Amino acid sequence: MRSSTLKRFRLFFALLFIISTTSLFLDFRGMIPEEMFGTILYLQFVPSLINFITSPAIAAGGFLFVLILTFATGRTYCSAICPLGIMQDAASRVGGKYKKRFRRFGYGKPFNVLRYTILGATMILLLTGGIYLVTLLDPYSIYGRFSTMFFKPLLLYFNNLAASVLANHNIFIVYNVDIRGYAIMTYLIPLLFLFLVLALSMRRGRLYCNTVCPVGTLLGIISKVSLFRITIDNDCSRCGRCAVACKASCIDFLNRNVDLSRCVGCFNCIGICPDKAVSFSSAISLKASEAVDNPVTDAATDRSKREFLAGTALLTLFAGAIRVARAGEVTDSGTITTVREEKNYPVTPPGSVSLNHFLNRCTACSLCVAACPTRVIQPSVREYGIAGIMQPHLDFHKGFCNFDCTICSDICPTGAIMPLGLEAKQLTQIGKAVFIKENCVVNTDKTDCGACSEHCPTKAVEMVPFEENLLIPEVTEDLCVGCGACEYACPTIPYRAIFVDGNKSHIEARKPETERAVLDRSDFPF
Amino acid sequence: MKRRNFLKKTAAAGLAAGAAFSVGTHRLDILAADGDDSPYDLVAVMGGSPEAMFDIGIQSIGGMGSFVSSGQKVVVKPNIGWDVIPERGANTNPGLVARIIEHCFRAGASEVSVFDNTCDEWTRCYRNSGIESAARGAGARIVPANTESYYRDVSLPEARSLKTTQIHNLMFEADVIINVPVLKHHSGTRMTAALKNMMGVVWDRRFWHRNNLNQCIADYTLWEKKPCLHVIDAYRVMLRNGPRGISVDDIVDMRAQIISPDWVAADAAAALMMDMNPMQIGYIPLAHELGAGNMQLEELNINRIQM
Repeated sequence: MRSSTLKRFRLFFALLFIISTTSLFLDFRGMIPEEMFGTILYLQFVPSLINFITSPAIAAGGFLFVLILTFATGRTYCSAICPLGIMQDAASRVGGKYKKRFRRFGYGKPFNVLRYTILGATMILLLTGGIYLVTLLDPYSIYGRFSTMFFKPLLLYFNNLAASVLANHNIFIVYNVDIRGYAIMTYLIPLLFLFLVLALSMRRGRLYCNTVCPVGTLLGIISKVSLFRITIDNDCSRCGRCAVACKASCIDFLNRNVDLSRCVGCFNCIGICPDKAVSFSSAISLKASEAVDNPVTDAATDRSKREFLAGTALLTLFAGAIRVARAGEVTDSGTITTVREEKNYPVTPPGSVSLNHFLNRCTACSLCVAACPTRVIQPSVREYGIAGIMQPHLDFHKGFCNFDCTICSDICPTGAIMPLGLEAKQLTQIGKAVFIKENCVVNTDKTDCGACSEHCPTKAVEMVPFEENLLIPEVTEDLCVGCGACEYACPTIPYRAIFVDGNKSHIEARKPETERAVLDRSDFPF
Repeated sequence: MKRRNFLKKTAAAGLAAGAAFSVGTHRLDILAADGDDSPYDLVAVMGGSPEAMFDIGIQSIGGMGSFVSSGQKVVVKPNIGWDVIPERGANTNPGLVARIIEHCFRAGASEVSVFDNTCDEWTRCYRNSGIESAARGAGARIVPANTESYYRDVSLPEARSLKTTQIHNLMFEADVIINVPVLKHHSGTRMTAALKNMMGVVWDRRFWHRNNLNQCIADYTLWEKKPCLHVIDAYRVMLRNGPRGISVDDIVDMRAQIISPDWVAADAAAALMMDMNPMQIGYIPLAHELGAGNMQLEELNINRIQM
């Protein structure tokens, strides 16, 4: 097949995926139904893989589809589905405007040592129970963090501008939303990657994807035996235009050879070839003619076969690694050592089962951070130890977990936060309230307050008689779900008089029992 | 006096019966016409739907026309604090809010706005309380109160605790403010109704809580822009576990309503409705002391209507 139809096809899917994926992160008014999240993110490779291993089901099998797609068509995933890849194509386009088009790209040798080392290291670390490099390098999660930390505030800025203009005309359909930053340290890595990815893509196309990205490297190995692939036939006059147009720098036009491990299937080379010698064709029909015409490829084929076998082994390892990491949950993995003074454990979202479950699966894509309507979910700095940086935790100084909300568990693409019905969520104890009488304003100032009890959805925090006519909080631990409303509402500064200490493993809270209230009021008492 | 009460009661019965058949607009026209000054300081109604009780009650206290004039901008301030359904009684009854808005427009209001600085996540509160759709349906504007940018600084030099606070812009712009709280048990102050409902028009509630909550609630009454009318919704009354409640079991169907231009009197009456002593509700005697109203109900002219 040779035509620009392929390129249009690619562009269509690229736009579809980047717009829908980005919308999930930018939807600050909660307009996208929660059921749509899973559909839109179904094909994101790493979240799907992690989710599948946690709970094998077709619903989580998107990565299998990506593997099949790669076997069939090469790394088209990287061009049409991966949001970070698509973003780089956009950046590359912008970069092209500033740099002379000719000579921008052109064939380059792959950084094999670097890319296979990164892929290997990612997996070896996983084997030893650390998800850190996956968190750091998963392209979907990187893009998610960009969206949440950079794109969303930008959108909110324009929203607020519109809101203030419209408010002057008494129109409140567009409402103001506070732009609240996250802890400074959590920006460090996303910022670094933003510069790295933008700089590399503007100058060198897909160099990042072919050097750093472990998903790109992994799919690249499979691409070597893909059914359909970019090929250059004998009509080629070796003009080199394809090589110059190739943002993956993978066309060695002098040898009429395409490095399939780096080709992302953008199809730009097909349209630009004046000899119509570049095509996207089936490998089977090629084999016979190729063997005669080009003795060089024989050796290349052998090498690609070897690399493919190695790749299959690595993929198995990759899956196995996560299994092992999961098995490690039974005992404390020892990564949760840096804890805050006042809390024994940080608080993870309802549905995340336990610290271990959560930390072994969360790739810090920050979708929950973006979607949480109360913004209680915040990227962590040192709550989980430095290796867990950016993995979200519940910060009750920023907000509290709305009792009737289950959004985070409904949308988490990796299964780090498992789906939890509303009824189960309202009985899931993610932490316990701890009262510090010495800080409480009722005790120190001898005035009424009750902000904590007021906000408590289960009345685990109740006001009981205190000195004089005052009421003071009292915590019933087994009723507490750890939503943090009490900690959020507590007015004392700088330290609150009530806080939630996380549960290492979430447990079931006691359901508050009630009997019908009675008051006979058939006439006025005044 | 007895004759007047008899007439009111007859009117009430007639209206309640007629409500099922009549088109609301026709009935309201009749009510608006009778806008004479009322001899009553407080009207308490019992036994009807929130809407019917308000129709009777507002009529008895002079009609909406004696509070809202043609062309005025009105703020109706319900309690929308919690992300719960109307049956839980944690928020003002949506039907009552809608009916009050209708009366305002009937009296000639140019616009009616509704807002609250909620405790739970605000969009969910607005939606699940039923107030957003009910108020919109009645023609009011639903206004956000979720960020500090919607508030302005106010200083209250005579206040004992609340020397400064930030109040929602709309409260400055409104010509008329109608306070529509729901009567509930409250874990911090024992009871919440009219006076405490004003915590929903300010931004920083934590300041109130750590600076003598009861005094701050009373101090707020010193702000010059006072609500001209208080309508306490006591249709479903939360007797315990307030102000959020944990289930419908916390609710009794009291089917009552208290209407008064005096929020101290209204709160004192509301406390009695809950079998509480007004003297025990810290902010009521404090507000009385500040001259915000009269908690001595025996000194007031009260109309009690049983429907």
